[in-house]
Amino acid sequence: MSINWQAFGLTIELALVVSAILLAIGLPLAYWIAFSRWRWKFLVEAAVALPIVLPPTVLGFYLLVALGSRSPLGRWWQSLTGHTLAFTFTGLVIGSVLYSLPFAVQPFAASFSSVDRKLLAASATLGASPLRTFFRVVIPLSVPGLVTGVVLAFAHTMGEFGVVLMIGGNIPGITRTVSIDIYDQVQASNYAAANAMAVLLLIFCFAVLTVVYALHRRTPKQESWTIGPVN
Amino acid sequence: MPAELKPANPTLSARIRKGFPSAERVFSLDIDFSAAPGFTILFGPSGSGKTTLLDCVAGLATLDAGQIAVGERILFDANAHTNISVAKRGVGYVLQDLALFPHLTVEQNVEYGLAHLPRAVCKRRAAAMLQDFRIEHLQRQRPAEISGGERQRVALARALVTDPCVLLLDEPLAALDAATKSKILDDLRRWNQAHRIPILYVTHSREEVLALGERVLVMEQGRIIAQGTPHEVLRAPLQETVAQLAGFENIFDATVESVHEDRGTMLCRITTRRALGGETGSSLLLETPLIRAEAGSPLRVGIRAGDILLAIVPPTGLSARNVIPGNLVSLEQRDVIVSVRVNCGIEMEAHLTLAARDTLGLMPGKEVWLVIKTHSCHLMQR
Repeated sequence: MSINWQAFGLTIELALVVSAILLAIGLPLAYWIAFSRWRWKFLVEAAVALPIVLPPTVLGFYLLVALGSRSPLGRWWQSLTGHTLAFTFTGLVIGSVLYSLPFAVQPFAASFSSVDRKLLAASATLGASPLRTFFRVVIPLSVPGLVTGVVLAFAHTMGEFGVVLMIGGNIPGITRTVSIDIYDQVQASNYAAANAMAVLLLIFCFAVLTVVYALHRRTPKQESWTIGPVN
Repeated sequence: MPAELKPANPTLSARIRKGFPSAERVFSLDIDFSAAPGFTILFGPSGSGKTTLLDCVAGLATLDAGQIAVGERILFDANAHTNISVAKRGVGYVLQDLALFPHLTVEQNVEYGLAHLPRAVCKRRAAAMLQDFRIEHLQRQRPAEISGGERQRVALARALVTDPCVLLLDEPLAALDAATKSKILDDLRRWNQAHRIPILYVTHSREEVLALGERVLVMEQGRIIAQGTPHEVLRAPLQETVAQLAGFENIFDATVESVHEDRGTMLCRITTRRALGGETGSSLLLETPLIRAEAGSPLRVGIRAGDILLAIVPPTGLSARNVIPGNLVSLEQRDVIVSVRVNCGIEMEAHLTLAARDTLGLMPGKEVWLVIKTHSCHLMQR
């Protein structure tokens, strides 16, 4: 079996980096979505959800334009580093973060919203700042939603194709991910190689999801957590 | 809270104006009161604004106008744009459903409000408080693993350990049986003797008012309609809410039909409110004590369910002046009393013992006679 371990390793690296970044920017964004009372909040929610419905090629196309040497962003990056963002690993990360954003932010925001507001009120009356309340109450009670968000973002990045094709191209070791490799092998009629990679991706994704769902078996118990006098 | 923040004379004083424009009804809070150290009971029907009042004091709700202060320390002043944040008010608040942190142990819940203290001090104070409220054996348990009464104790301990300048309790004992309730009340009273701070205590329960009451504020529709010691408030129950507090399960609108000064009584016709406003007289006439009133003047009659006798044959040879025939609608056992509802043109509630129910063979549909003494009919203004 000819497995392209380089493409596989690159894909996992990309998915890990993207999940970590989404965890970092997704938490504050989801917190804002869950708790802000800004009247135009729905606009932001719609924008965050866009990648779910847009064809990846549309997102990829605009990213390519935005990251290219003709855009201010692209020029600024080029003056800083000497090369464009398009067709680099960093460009791939930026594209993947945007593409997988709703898959992380929506479960985060949903689990934040479901935390009983009375617990937040109780925390405040006990002298806790909003930040302390967030880390001591909101986050611990949202763990299932956070795990779901990170895993979805990871899995979604593992399997992405259109955005990578548009802004990453097909450079071995830099932007050639598993899905691109499979596509390439099929184009070249190397069905055995394509099959090897496809099976590997299938088994890996199934294994990751299995572990997550197995860990999730605890959630029904957590959902019945009691905060009050009901007996 | 640091000692220098603690006012020497910690009386809570509040002037609260707050409107809630909503589609269904307009509700507003319009309240002036002060609460000295000790228990101040807030009593009133649901929707009268008790919880909102507590939320305003805690800072969870913002006033439209007014001022809230503890001693000299201003917590909120609309004119001066002072609004100390919830976290910095130093107000202890036990919310209606307790809001214990489900993912933390009992000990961690109690330590939650002490995070600003050195670890050793925090541990020591939490341990002392757990002991005071007799929950030290539960310290490693989570809220879901302990009983309702234990949870109440944890919630109280968690609020009190922060050494608040005011304590707000929103029906803290509502879900508990009488024995547990009185034990917790004892602990709370004991704590209050050691730490004299104003305690606002919301309750629906008459027993709690009488057990705790140093002072009662009776609320209705966002206003305080009566205040004083429980005794003072109950002695002259002029309003319906107070009447409910005094234990009148049966409250009816009525008009004076005729005045009999020679007999020292009046006849009052019970009226029922029509859906579109206005009233219609029923066929039911009650003989009541005489007050200064003219025929046709509106008033309200309150009768305690425990003051009504029930007979299964037409009773004769009684001194009681009101014998009213009716049909039994329902029986409901509450603890050791049986509450029966009887339709006699209007519905009345009477309380019997279990033995009386069994001896009389009461069941829905049975024909019965209600016997009510003249002086069991309490008249109120409306």
